[in-house]
Amino acid sequence: MGNSMTDQTQTSEMQTPPRDQSDQKPGIIRVEGMHKWYGDFHVLRDLNLTVDQGERIVICGPSGSGKSTFIRCINRLEEHQQGKIIVDDVELTDDVRQIDTVRREVGMVFQHFNLFPHLTVLENCCLSPIWVRKTPRKEAEATAMEYLERVKIPDQANKFPGQLSGGQQQRVAIARALCMKPKIMLFDEPTSALDPEMIKEVLDVMIELAGSGMTMLCVTHEMGFAKTVADRVIFMDGGEIVEEAPPHDFFTNPQEARTQKFLKQILAH
Amino acid sequence: MKKQTFDTRPAGPKPWNDPQVRSIFFQTIAIALVFWGGWVLVENTLSNMESRGISTGFGFLDETAGFGIIMNLVPYDATMSYGRTFWVGLTNTLLVSAMGVVAATILGFIIGVARLSSNWLVAKMALVYIEVIRNIPLLLQIFFWYFAVLSNLPSPRQSVDVGGALFLNNRGLYLPEPLTQDGFGLVWGGILLAIAAVVAIRVWAKKRQLATGQIFPTFKVGVAILIAVPIISYLAAGSPIEWDIPALKGFNFGGGITIIPELAALWIALSLYTASFIAEIVRSGILSVSKGQTEASKALGLPNGLTLRLVIIPQAMRVIIPPLTSQYLNLVKNSSLATAIGYPDLVAVFMGTTLNQTGQAVEVVAITMAVYLTISLLISLFMNIYNRAVAIKER
Repeated sequence: MGNSMTDQTQTSEMQTPPRDQSDQKPGIIRVEGMHKWYGDFHVLRDLNLTVDQGERIVICGPSGSGKSTFIRCINRLEEHQQGKIIVDDVELTDDVRQIDTVRREVGMVFQHFNLFPHLTVLENCCLSPIWVRKTPRKEAEATAMEYLERVKIPDQANKFPGQLSGGQQQRVAIARALCMKPKIMLFDEPTSALDPEMIKEVLDVMIELAGSGMTMLCVTHEMGFAKTVADRVIFMDGGEIVEEAPPHDFFTNPQEARTQKFLKQILAH
Repeated sequence: MKKQTFDTRPAGPKPWNDPQVRSIFFQTIAIALVFWGGWVLVENTLSNMESRGISTGFGFLDETAGFGIIMNLVPYDATMSYGRTFWVGLTNTLLVSAMGVVAATILGFIIGVARLSSNWLVAKMALVYIEVIRNIPLLLQIFFWYFAVLSNLPSPRQSVDVGGALFLNNRGLYLPEPLTQDGFGLVWGGILLAIAAVVAIRVWAKKRQLATGQIFPTFKVGVAILIAVPIISYLAAGSPIEWDIPALKGFNFGGGITIIPELAALWIALSLYTASFIAEIVRSGILSVSKGQTEASKALGLPNGLTLRLVIIPQAMRVIIPPLTSQYLNLVKNSSLATAIGYPDLVAVFMGTTLNQTGQAVEVVAITMAVYLTISLLISLFMNIYNRAVAIKER
């Protein structure tokens, strides 16, 4: 299969990183019978999902299928109206304290990076550790530099986000989220706003992160990434989870008609 | 073989098509027109004044004014010079402008944020306030406060009496005046000490946060110190303040401090009017920060208050400052509507009475215009400096 999407990750010659099974906690994210409405519009219908610690989940589906809305519910950027979401033993309710507790442990990377333009790269990374975790600045800066090195841009630390390319900005965004030492990372189409030649540098960082045992939920259209990294692929359509399978089965032997149609469309060009 | 060079560039345009020649030509014409216009004006004025026997010059400023002014911040009475009336008018203008800028800023920010409130009633009330106030002419509002509200307060004999110290009637608001006695120096010392302590605590708290990460409640402790230390030093000095309490003498009150209704009406109207514009500026500034910024901040675990303080406001300020500057300039210039209700500002006193009595129209108008120009340019200068400090660096 020589399509452009899979090429991105195949060229990086990464094998599926081995999972560290030692300190796994079952069900770090538990979603039970969750529904969400926008007014009268039923966006998410009866979602059920359990994610173990260290698991890597890729969520895909056609646009408007509710996949972004779904992962935004997991750190309560969107409210759900029915059912339960329990993250690291804390249930997401209207309680602001519980929401803040969950958000501290869940990092998120957005499609449009959302870096703070008035702060330097280093300040972006240190802001939350200093104000939320109350880390001394020196320590926060040392940690930030560590993660900036991991995403391979320590030399840009004192620049402003507007001075960086899209790929660099997204890598800063990943480093910024990691500086809070989260237990879970959410990725909301992290490569969709990038030029093709920058997609690889971001995916490489994500693959490296997956190898370190991070629990990851990733909404993406990068099927090559899904094949390389995911433990499970979830296919959503019309606000429902249509199919859920390990990547090999998902791509070679999809069960549902809608999944087959979707895969045909995205892989056949 | 000799190397030959060819200029392969096309020949330059004809002079009348050359943009540089054109711009020099038109600029020369424009400058010539301006100078000619200016010369005609000056020439005309001088010859007219000569034919009417009006003397020019600023000598009139030393002559005795001979008229009273109802409010003066610098010492003044009718025996003083016209030059002195200028200072009285100027200080009155500066007073009402400064009071207006402060009140309009505070009110404007509150209403601007209220306009974005998720509380339906609060948001709609802010909307109604803005739409009503900013769509009624300012002069009308000044008249409203002066004639419809403040003139209808009771007469001095039926004053609204608050604790026998504060009186409100149609002649103004009368407040007790603190007269400092011997030993008040200790209280000044206390105030300075408190300020120094707060500054020191701020520096120390910042340093400690950087070093250990602990956040000190600087604001609460600072307020406590600013209140407690002066009070303690006041008591320690044996309460060295005597209050000059206003009292009814004949038909009016004497003693204390008076806020005349002209000042109050002008101040209220200017503040409310300008606040409605500032509110819209603040709202647009906050809305200009994309939703993604709030989401990113929340996703990092920053609570709402910190999100507003560390992420939203710093970015909103760069959008707010430039139009805010023009509102401040408007307020200062609008304060000249004081003439309409007789508040003795620069225009009412100097360009009104002084001009009428001396007839030195050119000099008086020139001075007054120069003053407003100077005030406006100074405000612009300070706001531009501030703006540069909060501007975002990109590329």
